[in-house]
Amino acid sequence: MSITYLEAIREAQAKALADDPRVYIYGQDVGNFGGAFKATKNLAKEFPGRVIDAPLSEDAIIGSAIGAAIEGMRPIIEMQYADFSTCGLNQIVNHAATLFWRTQVACPITIRLPSGGTAGSGPFHSQSMEALYATYPGLIVMTPATVEDVYSMLLEAVAIDDPVIFCEHKYLYYHLKAEALPTEALPTGKARIARPGRDITVVAYSAMVHEALAMAEELATEGTEVEVVDLRSVKPLDTDTVLASVARTGRLLAVGEAWPWGGVTAEVVARVACEGFDLLDAPPRRLNAKETPVPFHPNLWGTHRPTARSIAIAVRDILRQ
Amino acid sequence: MSPHKLRAVLQALSPTSSTKDTGLNREKFRQAFRWMLLARLSEEKYANLYRAGKIQGGVFIGKGQEALSVSVGISLRKGDIFAPLIRDQAGRLAFGESLLDATRTYLGSRLGPMRGRDGNVHRGRPREGYFAMISHLGAMIPTVAGALLAKRFKGEKDFVGATCIGDGGTSTGAFHEGLNLAAVEKLPLVLVVANNHYAYSTPTSRQFVCADLVEKAAGYGVEGYSLDGTSLSECLEVVGNAVERARSGNGPQLIVATLLRLGGHGEHDDAHYIDEKLKQSEVGRDCLKLAEKFLLEKNWGTKAELDEWRADALRQIEDAVATAQREPHPDPNLDDWRPLATQHLSEGHHCE
Ligand SMILES: Cc1ncc(C[n+]2csc(CCOP(=O)(O)OP(=O)(O)O)c2C)c(N)n1
Ligand SMILES: [Mg+2]
Repeated sequence: MSITYLEAIREAQAKALADDPRVYIYGQDVGNFGGAFKATKNLAKEFPGRVIDAPLSEDAIIGSAIGAAIEGMRPIIEMQYADFSTCGLNQIVNHAATLFWRTQVACPITIRLPSGGTAGSGPFHSQSMEALYATYPGLIVMTPATVEDVYSMLLEAVAIDDPVIFCEHKYLYYHLKAEALPTEALPTGKARIARPGRDITVVAYSAMVHEALAMAEELATEGTEVEVVDLRSVKPLDTDTVLASVARTGRLLAVGEAWPWGGVTAEVVARVACEGFDLLDAPPRRLNAKETPVPFHPNLWGTHRPTARSIAIAVRDILRQ
Repeated sequence: MSPHKLRAVLQALSPTSSTKDTGLNREKFRQAFRWMLLARLSEEKYANLYRAGKIQGGVFIGKGQEALSVSVGISLRKGDIFAPLIRDQAGRLAFGESLLDATRTYLGSRLGPMRGRDGNVHRGRPREGYFAMISHLGAMIPTVAGALLAKRFKGEKDFVGATCIGDGGTSTGAFHEGLNLAAVEKLPLVLVVANNHYAYSTPTSRQFVCADLVEKAAGYGVEGYSLDGTSLSECLEVVGNAVERARSGNGPQLIVATLLRLGGHGEHDDAHYIDEKLKQSEVGRDCLKLAEKFLLEKNWGTKAELDEWRADALRQIEDAVATAQREPHPDPNLDDWRPLATQHLSEGHHCE
């Protein structure tokens, strides 16, 4: 048997629905149609009345999930694309994120954001929004990079009593396959050493983990051992695992598909600089997408985001210092 | 006939108004009047304390809107959802909030429902169906809709959710999205609009151009009513009827009450911009005075009773203020400063 990243998302939702009567799925076209990406394929049939088409109203979709969560439900919300979550931003950052701290009533909602770029998707169907959500207290932001993680972390997201922004990467939907679904997983908030190495630490998350791994494979042929850290969740961010890796390698590159100003890579570099300055043998660096909207044409898009090639160039540069 | 003089049940949809328990009755009117009185006097007290510099944060009061607000709170029952807004002291009390809870928040006691983490009109006890508004107008409409969806999922029966908003709030996207979603799901949502002619300083002419906001009901395919928000008897009847229609499966109900805010947007505001002609018109009448007159004329209460009710309300307020003033304020050293229910996933501080 082999299962894709996208099928794992569907399987996790099927299991959540089967295991917990408080779970329901709400979003545009998620019902009989099975979702724009088919992440809810057949679920409406298997779980009648619990996988529901929503009107084109992101604010109301998320607002309603908050109300349902207060009443004890555990909604899974599908945004058709991460980019459209900005139309529900107010409910996410001002309502869901503040509810527990203000009222001591938990807000267990999972908001699935089909995230990140694919060739030809353009400015409004490609965004990586983890940094925007991570800046707000009260939200957990997951960025799974593997089939195993997307499955176990989605189940974990539904089980957690807090709002979870679940950034699933569209590029990985069909590109990643695993032999089987996992039976155990790292706890939320724990990063993973995706590849051990002693020369440099490359911190990445989501689709960038695979660009980093491809780069590491290439550099291994030249005798360079790259350690790749997969953050898994960007909030909470596992600073300890990153620092422990930098302690072994003395060098750091943080890679993200999001824009350069602030964000996850800036946070990683800031933490290592503040808390592990003495561990560094060279200045830490970051590699992000370019400072423009995400371009439409594949030629432009392929250069806009970091790739194995551009990561390799940055790594070689750091290793020369 | 001016729209606010007419209790216009939307012709196209013509819901009937006679259901059990909604008609005007003596006991309900007297009870509603007492909540209005307590709301008016307690908010006057908060306003005085504000001027004396004793209040944490701002004070936004519902003076002139108590008849409408109380009608919402009193028409709901345990198991229902209520998401009040900034001018709903009367409805909050009638729905079951204790005066001490309200007073604690204004005076900054850490024993209040929000423990100093949020203030005044943002208070609530969501677990008891009494939702705590966020400032962003319109946001509570889809939230209440979702709570009703959840009750349906859970197999509960005979429940209603009500929320209030102003004329300004009807212009938000959330108002549109929330009411439309509730209509699509045919949820028992009662949406109460207080058209008090101003959103802060902005007159309705800069807010919308339809003749009466109740026209929106037809657009959403829901039942709608417009009424005179200065008349307690009319508010009790129309709101009570709408709540029962929602409860018995007739879908969302839009109520638009016409009235005037009898004061500033908040206590910081002198309201100099309010049209003098409006103040002098029937819209500008004080619902509390009208209700008192009605009560006496109907012989539903005596002057002596009214005096006793007022004295009782003042006693309750003095007690609540005295208690709250003795209570400790929040201590930053005692707050856990953790925003998540899942404590161990809250991030610590870095780079400090
Ligand atoms: C979305 C949003 N924008 C702006 C504000 C600031 N604000 C608070 S109350 C208010 C006026 C509200 O007017 P209305 O809805 O008519 O209610 P009223 O104050 O008259 O009861 C404004 C603009 C807000 N709370 N929410
Ligand atoms: Mg107004």
